[in-house]
Amino acid sequence: MLRAITAAAALVVAGIGVAWAAAEAEHPEEYQFSFLSPTGSYDMAAVQRGFQVYQQVCSNCHSMDHLAYRHLGERGGPFALYMVRDHETGQMGPHVGRPEHGGTFVEVTDNPYVRAIAAGVTISDIDPNSGQPTDRPGRISDHFRRPFPNQIAAAASNGGAPPPDLSVITSARHGGARYVRSLLMGYDGEVNGTLHHNPYFPGGWLAMAPPLAEGAIAYSDPETPQTVEQYATDVATFLQWAADPHMEERKRLGIVVLAFLTALAGLLFLAYKQVWRGEAH
Amino acid sequence: MSGPSTYEPQSGITRWLDRRLPIIRLAHDSFVAYPTPRNLNYWWTFGAMLSLCLIVQIVTGIVLAMHYVPHINMAFASVQRLERDVPFGWLIQNIHAVGASMFFLAVYIHMFRGLYYGSYKAPRELLWILGCVIYLLMVATGFLGYTLPWGQMSFWGATVITNLLGALPLVGESIKNWLSGGFSIDQPTINRFFSLHYLLPFVIAGVVALHVWALHETGQNNPVGVEVKSKADTVPFTPHATIKDLFATTLFVILFAVFVFYMPDALGHADNFIPADPLKTPPEIVPEWYLLPFYAILRAFDFNIGPIDSKLAGVLAMFASIGVLFILPWLDTSRVRSMRYRPIARQFFVIFAVVCFVLGWCGGQNPGNILFKVAPFEATLNWIDGGQVTERSIQASSAGQWQEAADAAREEARAQGAAMTAVIRTGATTGTIRAVTGGSAQTRSVHGDTADLLEEHITEVKEEVGQAAPFFSIERSSPARFTVTNLSLLLTIYYFAFFLLILPILGLRERPERVPDTIAKPVTGEAQGAS
Repeated sequence: MLRAITAAAALVVAGIGVAWAAAEAEHPEEYQFSFLSPTGSYDMAAVQRGFQVYQQVCSNCHSMDHLAYRHLGERGGPFALYMVRDHETGQMGPHVGRPEHGGTFVEVTDNPYVRAIAAGVTISDIDPNSGQPTDRPGRISDHFRRPFPNQIAAAASNGGAPPPDLSVITSARHGGARYVRSLLMGYDGEVNGTLHHNPYFPGGWLAMAPPLAEGAIAYSDPETPQTVEQYATDVATFLQWAADPHMEERKRLGIVVLAFLTALAGLLFLAYKQVWRGEAH
Repeated sequence: MSGPSTYEPQSGITRWLDRRLPIIRLAHDSFVAYPTPRNLNYWWTFGAMLSLCLIVQIVTGIVLAMHYVPHINMAFASVQRLERDVPFGWLIQNIHAVGASMFFLAVYIHMFRGLYYGSYKAPRELLWILGCVIYLLMVATGFLGYTLPWGQMSFWGATVITNLLGALPLVGESIKNWLSGGFSIDQPTINRFFSLHYLLPFVIAGVVALHVWALHETGQNNPVGVEVKSKADTVPFTPHATIKDLFATTLFVILFAVFVFYMPDALGHADNFIPADPLKTPPEIVPEWYLLPFYAILRAFDFNIGPIDSKLAGVLAMFASIGVLFILPWLDTSRVRSMRYRPIARQFFVIFAVVCFVLGWCGGQNPGNILFKVAPFEATLNWIDGGQVTERSIQASSAGQWQEAADAAREEARAQGAAMTAVIRTGATTGTIRAVTGGSAQTRSVHGDTADLLEEHITEVKEEVGQAAPFFSIERSSPARFTVTNLSLLLTIYYFAFFLLILPILGLRERPERVPDTIAKPVTGEAQGAS
């Protein structure tokens, strides 16, 4: 009888696996981002371009409250600056992004790229002398400029629902960066009032109009295609970096830790064998 | 068990200390000379891992508390700041979050080991009960900690759990408000949850000390389940058990590190990266994986049992499922400890372990999900194509007579040759009746795999027919079906039957296999090899 129960239980378990019909949204399209593999790092050129897409398009509605401009130039950031010695001339020159062979990291306070990005933004603040509201150029310590002064204004300008903050959006959605990329590319043109159809969005209809159009953002690099797919891939890469800025450091440290632990486990196993030698157990 | 102390102070300082505070003697007797059964297998190494987990959680937690802000508007941002700006904050946060899961993984293996080898039986009842107390405290601490990041799942998880207690009769509502510090989860809740989350680990540490004390009084159980009889049965704790524990714990830490460095968010829920919003309920509210089996038991009841409504039944079953562990030493009637020598009990144990896993799976599913059904969901739509629509108002003399007036109007319309009628009530005594005369009667059946799909198909038909039909009459039929809730109920019944029926009865009826006389015999004797 026990065997019969066990067999029945196994059947139930097997049946459950089969009976599953996906109801909600379509699965995000497969895309092999460089950061997905256990040792993979960010394509920093894509993160830089993605930041440009965010600045020019997304940031008109979406905040990124948890990021400050200085984060862009810190170690592991897309605009991290290093001084690298040129092999031929022997001169020290600036290099954006982590160099392959040695280089001196330039603190973000001295990073002209990040300072320029921050200075290009207008921040609403209180004048320290008069106490009156005022506008001033951004500083690297400022958090990303908010498109709306508060949540109520954000909701009122967007049909009642504030656009979500994008700081950790790839962590906050099933499918992560692939979901973001698929969503941005997935509009099928069907419109119902103020709602737009997108098969990747749970429920199928969302208020955000297709934000990207071919050629809408001018990349400085002529090699990179200016297509919706490229924009979506780049901004998804940027958002993944924004949600997980320490990923490269984490993976690098992980290799060291695992190597150490494996060696330790090996030694402990030998010690264990030694201690228990001649001891029946 | 430990016998007289064998510690000999070697130097003047240790002799001086030993006469005043024999702390080195205590450590020596507990962790060096302590006799350990020689046949312990790797399932006995999880105690060491659990000690490590507790220390890691307390140390990382203390650092996290230096940066965390228990405020409804700042908690989420403070965790983000910690991960982004605090040196190695991301590492500390990952270790703490993954550490909770690793802690539960180890404790579940530790508990199943105790269950299989009968470690709860005399004279170890108190040892087992203290373990259950630790587990209960761990559940409470884990739940409180999951609330603190103040994401969507934190907030709604806390709402669901505190509401549960509201189901208790008479005192429920008061307990609920007392726990949350108000009528909903809000600022007072996060303050007290933070305080308790900081307190409970130290309570756990205290109970762990009692657990280890009780262990050292009775001695460890072992895979054959017979007591230590002579020195031949044991080896000294150090170096034998120490080195084995260290090796196994290092393997455990490797698994820990793989999660921390390569899958830090794999065990959490994506929704907890969305800041808590009291106005927006997430589509699914699920606890962390280690509480899913209890969540399934909680939701297994979709019917009232006499005076107990379904919600209370679920709450009682959930608490009882942990409570039953406390009385387990007196439920199992078998005189044989180890299931190694109990062939039938062993099979029921395997089923029990599978049931716990499947309960966990059920806890993560939408309870209404259908596993099997005998037929698809069906609906029949009837409408009139191309008829003449007339509309007139209905006036009833009083609200109580509304139904009569509506029926009368319907009768009248039918008498005038209407093929279909529809009554819409607009007020207490007023309404309109629309009737279709002439035209041709149409009918169509649709079916779908779920109730939602069926509604979609109905809408499709309505859109297809469009203006041609003024209204439809729809008959829906739902097939007999077996849902996740039904499965959970079956599994819950087995869970309780295992403790309350199978173990008590089987212990009296089962004929166990021959148990060795001593621990040493099977391992040193007839060359049976290692176990």
